[in-house]
Amino acid sequence: MSQGFDFSIAIGGAAGQGIATPGNILARMFVRRGLHLNAYNAYQSIIRGGHILLTMRVRDQEALSHGDHINLLLCLNQDTMTRHLRHLGPGAYAVYNADNITPGEHQDGVHLCGMPVTELTGDAKNKLAQNTAALGVIAHVLGLDFEVLESALTLQFQRKGEAVVSSNVAVARAGYEYSSANFTPLANPLPQNPDPLAVWTGNEALAMGGAAAGVKFYCAYPMSPSTGVLHWMAKNARELGIMVRQVEDEIGVANMAVGAAHTGARTMCATSGGGFALMTEAIGSAAMMEIPVVFINVMRAGPSTGVPTKTEQGDLWQALGASQGDFERIVVAPQDAHDAFGTIAEVFNLVDRYQCPAIVLSDLLISEGTFSVPPDDIDMSPPIERGKLIRESNGDAGPYNRYVDTPDGVSPRAVPGVPGHVHVVATDEHDEEGILISDEFTNPIKRRQMVEKRARKLGDYFDRVAAPEVEGDEDAEVTLVGWGSTAGVIAEAMEQLRADGVKVNRLAVKWILPFHAEAVTEALSGARKTLIIENNHSGQFHRYLRSETGITADGHIRKYDGEPFMPHHIADGVKAHLAGDVSGGVFVPDQEILV
Amino acid sequence: MTIELREKPLTAKDFKGKVDPDWCPGCGDFALLRATQMSVAELGLSPHEIVCVSGIGCSSNFPGYFNSYGMHTLHGRALAVATGVKMANQTLTVLVTGGDGDGYGIGGNHFTHTARRNVDLTYLVMNNQIYGLTTGQVSPSSSLGMKTKSTPFGNIERPVNPITSAIMNGATYVGRGFSGNIKQLVRLIKGAIEHPGFAVIDVFSPCVTFNRDNTYDFFRQRVVPLEDEGHDPSDWKSACERAMEWDERIYTGLFYQDQAVQSLHALEPILDGGAPPVSHVSEAITQEQRDRIVRRMM
Repeated sequence: MSQGFDFSIAIGGAAGQGIATPGNILARMFVRRGLHLNAYNAYQSIIRGGHILLTMRVRDQEALSHGDHINLLLCLNQDTMTRHLRHLGPGAYAVYNADNITPGEHQDGVHLCGMPVTELTGDAKNKLAQNTAALGVIAHVLGLDFEVLESALTLQFQRKGEAVVSSNVAVARAGYEYSSANFTPLANPLPQNPDPLAVWTGNEALAMGGAAAGVKFYCAYPMSPSTGVLHWMAKNARELGIMVRQVEDEIGVANMAVGAAHTGARTMCATSGGGFALMTEAIGSAAMMEIPVVFINVMRAGPSTGVPTKTEQGDLWQALGASQGDFERIVVAPQDAHDAFGTIAEVFNLVDRYQCPAIVLSDLLISEGTFSVPPDDIDMSPPIERGKLIRESNGDAGPYNRYVDTPDGVSPRAVPGVPGHVHVVATDEHDEEGILISDEFTNPIKRRQMVEKRARKLGDYFDRVAAPEVEGDEDAEVTLVGWGSTAGVIAEAMEQLRADGVKVNRLAVKWILPFHAEAVTEALSGARKTLIIENNHSGQFHRYLRSETGITADGHIRKYDGEPFMPHHIADGVKAHLAGDVSGGVFVPDQEILV
Repeated sequence: MTIELREKPLTAKDFKGKVDPDWCPGCGDFALLRATQMSVAELGLSPHEIVCVSGIGCSSNFPGYFNSYGMHTLHGRALAVATGVKMANQTLTVLVTGGDGDGYGIGGNHFTHTARRNVDLTYLVMNNQIYGLTTGQVSPSSSLGMKTKSTPFGNIERPVNPITSAIMNGATYVGRGFSGNIKQLVRLIKGAIEHPGFAVIDVFSPCVTFNRDNTYDFFRQRVVPLEDEGHDPSDWKSACERAMEWDERIYTGLFYQDQAVQSLHALEPILDGGAPPVSHVSEAITQEQRDRIVRRMM
């Protein structure tokens, strides 16, 4: 394992106890010091009550997962203490309001940092005072000067006025001073990197990717965990000239998106599996009318309403089979927030080129996670290639056939309003002119021609989209295969395995459909033992891989309890497989930190 | 002296589509097609300025028979698609055509919300009170007691009232026409296209094949043009009262119009000040915009 600063702070409490605010303040403090952040919020579908655990991992180098450990636990209620204190190892801290929380049994060497909050603040009524006092304790424990926290608090509360700022600073200072007098700070204080970082959630990255790609029409129906995309779009709509609409249901969303895209606006919508199910008929209509639209499905645990606030990679087959009929689509599963940002611009160029729908599979882990990002990596001027789009009068008086059969299958696409190009697009099968062949005289020759024309469109796809490659040890004894959001946690598991002397490499698949069957077959041809890692029960990717390549893996590591993989879950699974200790070929790790 | 070359004004014939309608001889939809072609010609519109959006059903084949940009979309979804078209390019004249099953049944949710939003669309519903393309089942506007293939013992569900529904949901131009009166249809359609908001015209368009109850004769015996009755279209109470009448007298004409409510695109902040349609603006965002966004993330 690499040396360096690697510290996880978990803040636990009930919904409504104000976990987000200290979380935001700490996140800003970390990224402003140039430290990397990977935060995962475990929560439930409840506005007040329940149990939330926000885990913020901070590193001096990239943090690819939320890690394996809690180094500092901030308990906002007794429940948090009761659930999580036993997970703290020697040297870890538990910070809590000693007025109403008692620690209980714990491992040796845990620092119990009880704060007499009423005494420190002189105010027994303000329920949020413990949160602010705790920030003072945490700042001291991390070895920060108080001024760092003071400026972060000022930034957070300045909108609420001077009085709020000064009362929060006073409470935080009391916590800081109490900690200085009573608790032992970290031997290695929080480091500082030269360049400050920025912070975003995966949903914000998806939305910003859309904005950068030139999305001018965004519509959605709120659905966890995709709603953050709508929020970002709505907030930035005016400044960026993006038409944002909240629609009555996802059927309306998808169809409205098709209508807007037909006029020439780059159009995107996001939802989760249930909403995606409602969208599917319209996805087929985009394929039939040859209108480019990007549909995002932020996967959560299903089926049906499932577990709305938990993650899963359970919608792969839903995306592959979305809508009736046999048609061309692009399916891509970005690997993290940063990748999601760049993927959106890339996928828009593809759908414009091929005049077809694309489905982006994110999941709760990516979309609702909070991550640091180097600001210079946020390039909001990617190449924008609209393909064969006719938006202005070109003096051409026709004849114009919307679906003219071209060598590459792609027909010039005129949008409504252009003189000389009047045509009808139809969800019924049609001929080159757009005239229906489904009703009066069905025509097998024309039907075949149009099916083949549409199928031909993606002919140069593999020249444009990078195939996945095996990364890691050349003579690996085990090759880990994952798709989408597991890329980062697999990489960290590989670090742990290498530290234990295991030679390992990985194949992280992102572009799902069309599938790089040849490249993947070649990449895995030298693998000595292949394990597939998925956040689902039935091995959806494994079955897809087998159908496309004939490859059958040697074993599996799967998790379907709603919580994401931690690196050690995968490392443990690999070791168990190597030891021949896995019955039935599927290793299912236990989720130790129960939230 | 220069000779001024004037293009010949377009006529209804110029709006004839590439194919002839495959509707049954005598179908009420022919009259609405003809009336729509006359209306757009009289308004001086050109085919490329119009988008005609439909769903699925006999009447939803309309865009194929009408010379303009067209979208023949999914069953029930025409209003959602049309809203996307209009909001992304507000310079287009958007007509929506379809039947009662498409609009009041499977598309009922979109009907409610399109009315509420007052999207600037002209929605022409060819209401034949039956499912025709599926060979004769009960529709949401079929009368009580009507016998169809799916209600062989008579319909036990009360029909939707498209006029009061449209008014109550917030449509700002609500009319009713009849295929037996093309002149009135043209007046209604021209008014609807010129009305800056959601205009609904429910058109009695008899199905000569599957509906033996609501025939041309049925309507001819009952229809009373509102314009002969001194009805004031700004009076929504009177509009609703007259819309509730059915058995003896069935009113046609403009029931209701509210010109005070602004349409959705007129209220949309990003289109303030005559902004160009989002379909035609540059996709690129500026470095200043990018920098402002990134600053807020730090």
